[in-house]
Amino acid sequence: MAAPPLVHGPSTPADLLIREAHVLDPRAGLDGPADVLIRDGAIAEIGAPGALEGARNGVAETVEAAGRHLFPAFVDPHVHLRTPGQEHKEDLETGTRAAAAGGFCAVIAMPNTDPIVDSAPILRSLRDAAARDARIPVGFTAAITRGLHGSELTEMAELREEGAAAFTDDGRPVASAGIFRKALQYQRLCGGVLALHEEDPTLSGKGAMHEGTISAQLGVAGIPSISEAVMIARDAMLAGYEDGRIHIQHLSAIESVQAIADAKERGVRITGEASPHHLCLTHEAVRTLDTRMKMNPPLREERDRQALIDGLRSGVIDCIATDHAPHARDEKEVPFEQAPMGTTGLETSFAAVYTELVRPGILSLDLVVRRLSDGAALFDLPTPRIAPGEPANLTLVDLERTWVVGDGGYASRSANCCFDGRTLHGKVLLTVAAGAVAFRAHSEVPA
Amino acid sequence: MRHLLSITDLDRSDIERICDRARSFEEVSHREIKKVPALRGRTVLNLFYEASTRTRSSFELAAKRLSADVVNFSASGSSVEKGESLKDTVLTLNAHKPDAIVIRTPWAGAAELVSTWTPAAIVNAGDGKHEHPTQALLDVHTLRERLGGVDGLNIWIVGDVLHSRVARSNIMAFQKMGAKVTVAGPPMLIPRGIEALGCEVRFTLDDLPEADVVYALRMQNERMNDSFVPSIREYARWYQVNGRRLGPEQVLMHPGPVNRGVELSAEVVDSPQAVITAQVAAGIVVRMAVLYEVLAHTPTEAGQPSAPAKVTA
Repeated sequence: MAAPPLVHGPSTPADLLIREAHVLDPRAGLDGPADVLIRDGAIAEIGAPGALEGARNGVAETVEAAGRHLFPAFVDPHVHLRTPGQEHKEDLETGTRAAAAGGFCAVIAMPNTDPIVDSAPILRSLRDAAARDARIPVGFTAAITRGLHGSELTEMAELREEGAAAFTDDGRPVASAGIFRKALQYQRLCGGVLALHEEDPTLSGKGAMHEGTISAQLGVAGIPSISEAVMIARDAMLAGYEDGRIHIQHLSAIESVQAIADAKERGVRITGEASPHHLCLTHEAVRTLDTRMKMNPPLREERDRQALIDGLRSGVIDCIATDHAPHARDEKEVPFEQAPMGTTGLETSFAAVYTELVRPGILSLDLVVRRLSDGAALFDLPTPRIAPGEPANLTLVDLERTWVVGDGGYASRSANCCFDGRTLHGKVLLTVAAGAVAFRAHSEVPA
Repeated sequence: MRHLLSITDLDRSDIERICDRARSFEEVSHREIKKVPALRGRTVLNLFYEASTRTRSSFELAAKRLSADVVNFSASGSSVEKGESLKDTVLTLNAHKPDAIVIRTPWAGAAELVSTWTPAAIVNAGDGKHEHPTQALLDVHTLRERLGGVDGLNIWIVGDVLHSRVARSNIMAFQKMGAKVTVAGPPMLIPRGIEALGCEVRFTLDDLPEADVVYALRMQNERMNDSFVPSIREYARWYQVNGRRLGPEQVLMHPGPVNRGVELSAEVVDSPQAVITAQVAAGIVVRMAVLYEVLAHTPTEAGQPSAPAKVTA
């Protein structure tokens, strides 16, 4: 009997009446003002605005939310929480605090920690730590290959039994087609999606940014867009041949979106994610060699960004994932080529996409709200739903509220956010995760 | 001018002013006592993270001819080898109160980054494969002295453009001075997208005769290890500037050090068209002009620097 994939720390089930918020849950067919009553951590009742007035005295707290939006909380299938071993960047407590502040009710952590999550004892101890420290439910992925070296499979069946949410060598590709094929074959026994960081190391070389006009001008080695696409094409062929299930992480290039569309067309069980930074920024942001703009895959060109947006809209890209990658200040305060790859993203995910893509009318709010939790099903997790009887997983957002990213600090331990200093619309005021209040903006929703 | 970080920060008049001042310093180099007191009491710190004899000694001589005190700090054998970060090194060196830091690193943008950590004026002596602005300035100076100007010249930059900071600075500087620039070399060594800088791209030297100036880049032997070229021999056969390819009216430049028999044949190195030693000589006077510019940027009268602007760290 496999362990449940999600773990979280001790919490108190909420008793909460959220009054007159605009409730938007496209999957539940909700789009309008309503009262939502939460009892003992579950959604007890949804009524017309004002209709649940009578419940007011029966609950510990009432939140007056007229003019605000209530969404099913978001699920991020791709975050780096840095525990174990790199707690100076982030840990389970600060990482899940950042997630809650961004409106998330569950996140899936990557295994490229120190040590790497490639054996059952490491996974078990990590889950034990999460049962103490995690503010919201966390799922842990395990490595596909030992030490992420790409040469030997991990004990995937045992890892799955111990609760591995999925398998990934994130940060690196599984460079050997032969090893990757064996992982696909073994998936028949152990289950769990194979989440893939796609790049051909011989094409990426020592690249530190997108290969294009700006890398040429800066003299910084480039990572060509096809480095990603050729591996997706290869792995989609292998997955089709073995009837495996794969998920492509952090898509960045137009050729990659095309490769996924082609594979889906052929019936391959393939899904994909795009990050807020790839959806909102291009390599123009790297011109100043600001190390916060250094991530892998790199920010690419406007045509790539447009392809990602189109893919998200059409469903070729299934979900939004942040690839939240915290790094300490001194690690990023170095010349660009020396800096580690990665940007934080949990606290800005919704606001960035809402500001850059929803407000200008490029994507609908409906679609973005769905794509921010569509990752759950891809990783075999329940999808948050605002419906009676469901566990309370929701987030209250003020869409009109503007804020400057980084003003007042971050919930994350790290500040390497590519949106730092930007004014964004849409502020998370309250997050309920697995039935408990995980975040509240105290100025708006005092405890 | 507060710093010299990139050719992109300069306009044509800045380049002309620096070259004009360099010309005025020529005379100093011919004196018996090769020294003027322009920067007396100022401290110039050479901070070199890459092996460099030529550029460093050129800067050192330039500073000394202006009577500045010079300290050389190289990465090998220093705290850098013990793992100190660039920022910590600069903060430590700030305690020596340098007026200018001349910095070379293997990292793009490092000179600019350092300028945010110190009140000293920063002169970029090469940041990774990004820029080498004093090389471009001395090359412009050399052409002005040799040909009277750069306007309207057709300049070909030949060789390993991908790995060359000299190429990037020179493409921009030559164009700012009115030249038309073409880069030529093996396709693997021409960065995709370089034409965004405004230059033309060629993969053969067939049209080299149209050039007024041929600027050959250094071809490093180790490039063949990564298959950037199949062999040095094959590179030389297709891209070497030699007596067969170089016309008598064409001017030949090279940033040094030359690999004789690779990018240049011995005959052209020693030919009258070659201005390679003039470039080296120009290096000193142009670097004098640059140091003067950043340390004495609002001179009241020649040789009398005003106080540099106060900046807080």
